[in-house]
Amino acid sequence: MELQQGIFILMGLAMIIAAVLAMHVKDLISSIIAVGVVSLFASILYLLMQAPDVAMTEAAIGAGLSTLIFLYALHKTKDVEEEND
Amino acid sequence: MIKRLIPLLLVISLFFILLKVATNVAPNYDLTGVAKTYAEQGASDLGAMNLVTAIVVTYRGLDTLGEVTVLFMAGTGIALLLRRKKKKNDSGIKNRAASEILKTGSKLLVPIITMFGAYIFINGHLSPGGGFQGGAAIASAVMLMFLADSSFKINHKVFVLIESFSGIFYVLIGVLGLVILGADNFLDNRILPLGTFGTILSAGTIPLIYTLVGLKVGTELASILDNMKGELE
Repeated sequence: MELQQGIFILMGLAMIIAAVLAMHVKDLISSIIAVGVVSLFASILYLLMQAPDVAMTEAAIGAGLSTLIFLYALHKTKDVEEEND
Repeated sequence: MIKRLIPLLLVISLFFILLKVATNVAPNYDLTGVAKTYAEQGASDLGAMNLVTAIVVTYRGLDTLGEVTVLFMAGTGIALLLRRKKKKNDSGIKNRAASEILKTGSKLLVPIITMFGAYIFINGHLSPGGGFQGGAAIASAVMLMFLADSSFKINHKVFVLIESFSGIFYVLIGVLGLVILGADNFLDNRILPLGTFGTILSAGTIPLIYTLVGLKVGTELASILDNMKGELE
């Protein structure tokens, strides 16, 4: 029980660090990846807390699909910038 | 100064609210009420190995139908607002091509991700996951194809057909419960034989419903992504 609680607290701290990084990193791709990392850790936490169904949803939608959508949006904005040059 | 003070005060008050919640929580180690009934009778009543699926599809089947409707409304709204015909790019500047790694990697991964999505929703009554998760996995495979090839288009007619028919069949299966088993049996899974506990063809209509939900969610999310992308005519 003690070890498990330690893992939970470490995961939570990692999520907070990744969330703060997502706001302060200058490079947008790194920021998107940091947001994905928050979701990934959240899904691992759900898995450790015996909720595999929720973990799967979080991993598929939070870490997978929304990260891909952000990356695609970034790709589009870069295209516009290049056209204006 | 005041600009910084107000958020600070908000954060501090939020901390005290959460502290109150965190110190007053009394963990509940035993199941009570309706949860106990579900846990005790779910497996023998409905024949599903994954109790979460049994609750989501059967006991709370009406809520799931509502959830599917909400997603459908969201997809319709996005199609209404964002679907537009993009003008031909006449400036002569082409979109940047995806890197070789992304192209090759997506060719390798897309079939595997799609198959895994199908596996998740077909095995919804046996293992964790179900229609929504499997559908999201399939949609992320479609998104990967968009990323790898900017000229890639989905076949709208096929997607719309799959989506509408899975929605219709989902409701029809629900209504069949009313017809076969009598009133207040909407979305009951026992209109088909329950089969052997733990095999793929068991738990009545649950695998059927989750396959339909998976197809519906997958095609719907893929259409949403396609509408956000904008159509090149």
